[in-house]
Amino acid sequence: MSKLSGLGGRLYRGETSIDFIGKRRRWYALSGLVIIISAIALGTQGLKLGIEFKGGASFTVSKAGATIAEAQSAIKAAGITGESIVQKVGSNKISVQTGALSNAESNALQTQLAQTFAVDINSIDTTSIGPSWGKEITHKALYGLFGFIIVVMLYLALAFEPKMAIAAIVAVIHDVFITVGIYALVGFDVTPATVIGFLTILGYSLYDTVVVFDKVRENTRSVTSVGKVTYSDAANLAVNQTLVRSFNTSLIALLPVASILFVGAGLLGAGTLKDLSLALFVGLATGTYSSIFVATPILAQLREREPAMKALTKRIQSRAGLSSRDAASDSAVASTNVLGEAVDTKSNYQRGPRNQPKRKRR
Amino acid sequence: MSAINPKSAKPAGRPGRTVAILAIALVAFSALAILQSATSFKLGLDLRGGTSVTLQPRATAGGKITSSAIDQAVSIIRQRVNSLGVAESEVSAQGTGINRQIVISVPGATGRHIVDLVGQTAELRFRQVLVTGAAAATSASTDTKTASALPAGVTPALNAQYAALDCSNVKNRQGGGGDNPNAALVTCNRDGTAKYILAPAEVLGSDVSKATAAIDQQGGSGWYVLLNFTGNGTSKFGAMTTRVTKLASPQNQAAIVLDGLVISAPRINEAIVSGSAQITGNFTQTAATDLSNVLKYGALPLAFDRGEVQQISPTLGADQLRAGLLAGAIGLILVILYSLLYYKGLGLVSVGSLAVAGAITVLSFLLLGKWIGFTLTLAGIAGAIVSIGITADSFIVYFERLRDEVREGRSLRTAVETGWARARRTILVADFVSLIASILLYFFAVGSVRGFAFTLGLTTVVDLVVVFFFTKPLVSVLSRVNFYANGSRWSGFSQKSLGVAPSKIADSFNGKEA
Repeated sequence: MSKLSGLGGRLYRGETSIDFIGKRRRWYALSGLVIIISAIALGTQGLKLGIEFKGGASFTVSKAGATIAEAQSAIKAAGITGESIVQKVGSNKISVQTGALSNAESNALQTQLAQTFAVDINSIDTTSIGPSWGKEITHKALYGLFGFIIVVMLYLALAFEPKMAIAAIVAVIHDVFITVGIYALVGFDVTPATVIGFLTILGYSLYDTVVVFDKVRENTRSVTSVGKVTYSDAANLAVNQTLVRSFNTSLIALLPVASILFVGAGLLGAGTLKDLSLALFVGLATGTYSSIFVATPILAQLREREPAMKALTKRIQSRAGLSSRDAASDSAVASTNVLGEAVDTKSNYQRGPRNQPKRKRR
Repeated sequence: MSAINPKSAKPAGRPGRTVAILAIALVAFSALAILQSATSFKLGLDLRGGTSVTLQPRATAGGKITSSAIDQAVSIIRQRVNSLGVAESEVSAQGTGINRQIVISVPGATGRHIVDLVGQTAELRFRQVLVTGAAAATSASTDTKTASALPAGVTPALNAQYAALDCSNVKNRQGGGGDNPNAALVTCNRDGTAKYILAPAEVLGSDVSKATAAIDQQGGSGWYVLLNFTGNGTSKFGAMTTRVTKLASPQNQAAIVLDGLVISAPRINEAIVSGSAQITGNFTQTAATDLSNVLKYGALPLAFDRGEVQQISPTLGADQLRAGLLAGAIGLILVILYSLLYYKGLGLVSVGSLAVAGAITVLSFLLLGKWIGFTLTLAGIAGAIVSIGITADSFIVYFERLRDEVREGRSLRTAVETGWARARRTILVADFVSLIASILLYFFAVGSVRGFAFTLGLTTVVDLVVVFFFTKPLVSVLSRVNFYANGSRWSGFSQKSLGVAPSKIADSFNGKEA
């Protein structure tokens, strides 16, 4: 632990620096690859939608020693044709999933199951979803997704800079893609609980990005007036400085989610808890990755395109022209430089806001 | 915006007082909860067992979906559910305008009964029988095909439809109502033993003034439902029965049609002008009582599809509750352990803050349960557990900021204020994003997942309250305590854990500003 904390100090001062932004092509390539795999998985395998989306019924009977064959005979006896899936859940439960049933069919199957397994009919846990309901749920989920992205983008554009909002949303969309891809690839069930977990993740992924961007903004506020460090370098220092924080916040958020997943999957077998926490778990991991490896590099790239930033980079490069070979051969020197300048940056801005015309706009 | 400027951060005036005010508020709200006897959680059906049905209005030939029709349906369904006498059952419309669903939740193990009762449109119609026959489908050629050979009112199209109908198939006996009373109807009877072509309806459910279940002691026909007609209904029913008695079989039968299916089609031997009628049909006591109840409160103004039906047995409910609480306990312990291991003395602040956040959350659940009927569902518990992590994250954002300030060479007492000024903004923006997420989730989600959104939103607000009124003041107070201010080994500010060079930290902890 304390080794990790010491690392925090070194990262903060820039003694240890990981080049997130300079090597962005590498991260983009990695993300691109995962997104392509996700798209292929989505195209070929598709998502395994739960009955909530396509309509259907599910019955769970709790009875020690219940066998799949018994349940199948009950389905046949009830005259249910269509496709049905019979599974053992845990040690003493058996679950039957069928396509959408009419009320009469559903009642017939329940009666038959109660008879076959000699249990009280009211002890059978039932979920039944009409076919049109699934569409409704799907629409709602999609509205929620788009509504969320638009509102958050507007808010971030107001609270930060428009370019930060763009970068943050790109990172969020990246997370959506990868999470959906993982679901398609592994074949996890997608239920409304999954979608909810998913939307929560979008919020959380942004939380991470917000923390990083806040530091980026602080470090880059006066880069043009000081003129010693490029936007990208200042942003990279910010990512490094918040690295320990990102790691800790993600880990702390992951711990309760992991415990829900563990208990939900282990104790209850399936259901809301498992679906929700699985989506959260997958999404949290990609969210942390994207705020560091995707959001900030994109932001830096967007800002570096501005004329002022271009001029700044040119100035610094020409000034460093002579010693560029040294800097390239010895990265430790280079990062110390970054540190020194970043600290300068800060003391400069503490002198007063009047030097910084950019601040007024905020 | 200006919050970032560390110069503007003034040392907090009386951090102790802020904490005291929060403590008093907590005690006051606890007392309020006890006074209002809000001492136990209102548990959702998924935690204690019960049935919930979500009904979705369906557009029918009969009419359009309007907002007032939905309101009316809610009140009729509420009366029906109340007639069951199950305590704490709830009927509510969720959503907005005409895109609303009606959600009915009834605790306990009486599931099936309710599902059958509430969704029933209960459109009662009396129609004259035109043609009747065995249930199986027949090819049209064996039936009378030419218009001249058909009974009055039966078109060749109706006849073809009738011939094709197979009433032995369950799928053709869905019912559900929404049939046009002014047109002829081709349908089955309820048990699928016969099929009919029926004339346009002559007497409607709205012509019924009273319905009661009764038992026929002598006749042996068992339970039946006795209908009393309104004045208008009496004359219409009288006219209908007078007319059909003179006709040949099967046109002298009057079919009693409920939600598009024939319950019975008795032969009318003499005109009935007394203003009452009986519905018989091998009813059990429950079935007769249910039918009289739905007829008494009137038909729903809309037809409904069963969107979602969930029946959870009390055993599963108890299991889910236990699992939720267990997951919460494990999650909390893990977060506390990590905070203490990583932040040591500072971790105690985060444990304390989590305890306060937990207390506020529990109190809100109790009081909101009392005030606005907030029920705790499994998804809600999951939301609360997830929020443990998100709440602890705010502390981390502040703590890391604080340590950064110390690394820059500030004394702890100064760092507490400058770090706060910077962390405050981050926390506000981040919490606001999560608040937006939960509000949107709440409005776009239906049913149990709304519980998740609600708790997530609530705990985000609680997080803000705790960070501002507890964590920050507490850190301010502790920064004056030697254990923390001197950077003791276990304080979370030691040279080792900050990774600061010894000489530098010695200076800063001696109070020299860098």
